Amino acid sequence: MHSPLYRDGYIQNGTPYQLLPFRFAHLANDSLCLVNDLGEYYFVTPDQLRQLVHKKLGNGDVLYRDLRARHFIVDDNTQGILDSWIIKYRTKKSFLDGFTKLHMIVPTLRCNHSCPYCQVSRVSEDKQRYDMTAELAHATVNLIFKSPAKAITVEFQGGEPLLNFPVIKLVVQRMAAERDNHGKQIDFVVATNLSILTTEMLNFFKEYKVDISTSLDGPAFIHDPNRPKAGNDSHAIFLENLERARSVLGIQAVAALMTTTRLTLDYPKEIVDEYLRLGFKSIFLRSLSPYGFAVKTRQQIGYSIEEFIEFYKKAFEYILELNKGGVDFQEVFAKMLLTKMLSPFATGYVDCQSPSGAGIGAVLYNYDGNVYPADEARMLAETGDKTFCMGNVRTHSYDQLFSGDVMKRLSAVSCNETLSGCAQCAFQPYCGSDPVNNYATQGNVLGQRYSSDRCKKHLAITSYLLSYLRAKDPEVMNIFLAWISDGTVRHMEQPVNV
Amino acid sequence: MSKLLVPLTTTGLTTNVHRNIVAKVTRSPIESNSLRVDRVFVTPSVTSSRENYLGYAAVMTDQDCSENNDAWQALTGVPLLHGAKTLSHLVDGDIIGINGKTGFVRTLYRIESNNNVIFATDRCNSNCLMCSQPPKKIDDSEKVQENLTMIRLIDPAPEFLGISGGEPTLLRDDLFEIMRALKKHLPGTFVNMLTNGRMFCYEDFTEKYSAVEHPLFRAAIPLYSDIPELHDHVVQAESAFIQTVRGIYNLAALRQRIEIRVVIHKLTYERLPHLAEFIFRNMPFVEHIALMGLEIMGYVRKNLDMLWIDPVDYQDELFGAVRYLNSVGMHVSIYNHQLCVLRKELWPFARKSISDFKNIYLDECEKCSVRDKCGGLFKSSHSIHSKHIKAIKGDETPPALTTSASDSVGSR
Repeated sequence: MHSPLYRDGYIQNGTPYQLLPFRFAHLANDSLCLVNDLGEYYFVTPDQLRQLVHKKLGNGDVLYRDLRARHFIVDDNTQGILDSWIIKYRTKKSFLDGFTKLHMIVPTLRCNHSCPYCQVSRVSEDKQRYDMTAELAHATVNLIFKSPAKAITVEFQGGEPLLNFPVIKLVVQRMAAERDNHGKQIDFVVATNLSILTTEMLNFFKEYKVDISTSLDGPAFIHDPNRPKAGNDSHAIFLENLERARSVLGIQAVAALMTTTRLTLDYPKEIVDEYLRLGFKSIFLRSLSPYGFAVKTRQQIGYSIEEFIEFYKKAFEYILELNKGGVDFQEVFAKMLLTKMLSPFATGYVDCQSPSGAGIGAVLYNYDGNVYPADEARMLAETGDKTFCMGNVRTHSYDQLFSGDVMKRLSAVSCNETLSGCAQCAFQPYCGSDPVNNYATQGNVLGQRYSSDRCKKHLAITSYLLSYLRAKDPEVMNIFLAWISDGTVRHMEQPVNV
Repeated sequence: MSKLLVPLTTTGLTTNVHRNIVAKVTRSPIESNSLRVDRVFVTPSVTSSRENYLGYAAVMTDQDCSENNDAWQALTGVPLLHGAKTLSHLVDGDIIGINGKTGFVRTLYRIESNNNVIFATDRCNSNCLMCSQPPKKIDDSEKVQENLTMIRLIDPAPEFLGISGGEPTLLRDDLFEIMRALKKHLPGTFVNMLTNGRMFCYEDFTEKYSAVEHPLFRAAIPLYSDIPELHDHVVQAESAFIQTVRGIYNLAALRQRIEIRVVIHKLTYERLPHLAEFIFRNMPFVEHIALMGLEIMGYVRKNLDMLWIDPVDYQDELFGAVRYLNSVGMHVSIYNHQLCVLRKELWPFARKSISDFKNIYLDECEKCSVRDKCGGLFKSSHSIHSKHIKAIKGDETPPALTTSASDSVGSR
């Protein structure tokens, strides 16, 4: 044994350090939030920030140690593992792996509802004109199989897709039969209002493991006016068919989305309660899509983004209270942002990514064979503006569609890292670019993001969530961490076991 | 000390033993000579029938054969260990090593235990402040063959097996040979190898390790702090933090199984919650994290002032780390802590982690209502332990505890 037993000298003060890239924002009086490209954040005072950038910190300081462990600074003792930064960055961008993963198919534009916030559907119109043909469905399947992604989701959108069930059947059966040959894993989802769901359809969905994504805007007094249909029984029929669908497919197979209208704004609690009452584990508080409303419609259902943010916060606080009382219930938009803030992982939400999800994360095949990089892009097309039409399944090859002019134009503006304003924004790693939205709301793909509703909403909700992270209430943190893992709040008496 | 500990060593006098022997204990005679080769016949009384003793790797008895003429005659030329201080701890199926020169007998494998460890080497490239088994700079390369023999002899296959040292990765290619032997002879046995992980910073080494393709083999690697200098200081090796972290990434890149081990003491407790966050942010792929109490052995005794902190005094930090890791869905356990020193919320994470041969309870523990659920103490903690060890009364029934042997394998 050597004497002395140990030697000092491993811990030395005064080693020089370098800054790694980060941005910062004022969050509250005397509080700055530093955010780096990996989504790691740290709260400092203005004085601490000055010390940091003027290299006045010593490696014995807690601040120095915290920032180094979070990849804000690097020194001789961490230079050798700086490539962990690269690994983490790659993980954050791993939603890009394999290219387009969400493939949306519109079997028909027809619908039996006439929701004022929908710009797309046609009620009781010409079947010949608005349905996808079997021949086109086959061509679409051929095209999707050319996509390089190993694991994809095929989602049927509408109109009400079940009005053209034969095409759904055709696509699902063919893809299920051929997926192994193509080495693909495929999840199927149908976005439906459930109203014409037959037992035959349910049995088919069960056999082929097709999940259901449906719409629920709240209790009947909100849902019915928001989602009118002949007979004015939208909510009642929804309840009945939700029950049927769950009894055949299981409770996990049916998810629901809500859209906020003017009517919704006064009832955050009631809407959350309705979701809870019906056994849903989460809600996605979505604002209206901003596409080409008639003035009359806007007056009827529209609102300012500030009103939405206020509504969002009320609903969110209520959800948080529920969680504190032991109820497992999540808000999906917050969960997406919190995952970017609190975890090393990527998120799959295509509307908030950089590079933008348009075409790269998602693509839509319309009933007429036209291909669009996003649901919103075909909505624009339905109102007469085909700017984002990538081509047609019948006439264009995979390469022509995905490397064509539309994709080139979109790709050039798809990284918020390179968009002036966004590039300097502290919340850039938590946000994404949405050129289709920019175009729809502001007339060009670049847009003036800081004056857009989308930016206002993201800034407001991101800083709102960060204020919770700054307060660091253990109970709230525990709930957030549960949301970003598998969604179950883990109580201490139930440890995770492998 | 209220628990009887099984002795793991004994000594005797050797005769006709010209090499070190690794062999399996049999207490009843084996008929077939050909099956005697790898066996030590352990017998309290030697008779005069010579054919009963031929063909064994050795015969072991507590009789002093130099004074027993009949036996002495019967055993002429037979490899013999006689006058053993004790035999009673040896049962059929145990595997022992006999030092031919010194007559020292070490139990290498106890068939009745679930805490068996392959001791790979005494050498180490670190020199941790709290090492319970301080390294020796010796050539102990003969251990490789002994261990290979032992692996071949283990029967039936245990559920779990540890590999420890010293630093097992210093065996380099010989380690892979041991791994291949484990895969071949004990394919269903989960193996947890305690390693400082530094060698894995060499990509070619990690590739060879991964190429063994043992699906039930896990590297258990210590990370003591998110502060590199502090980790280096604790393990007393320059750049160890960088090497270990790189090693962990290299292992992960090849989809190898990893456990992180943190020994909690006065130098490491403060940043436990930070370390927990560092682990999730930087290595979410590790499959288990063990937060461990100090074993008062080896260097710890000499560095006691520097290291010792009563576990009761770091409950906030421990709780913060455990709750965080559990919340983000990572699998976390607490080793080597008595339930009475842990916050009650932490009880479900406490494991019975102390190997049976050095696991004790205090007199106070006999009055405790949760004694059976508690992991107890290290034998070495008999005189140095928390001031707050106190029997828990019957009405404080805890939630059900789990004993996960896969967690505790090789926790020493």
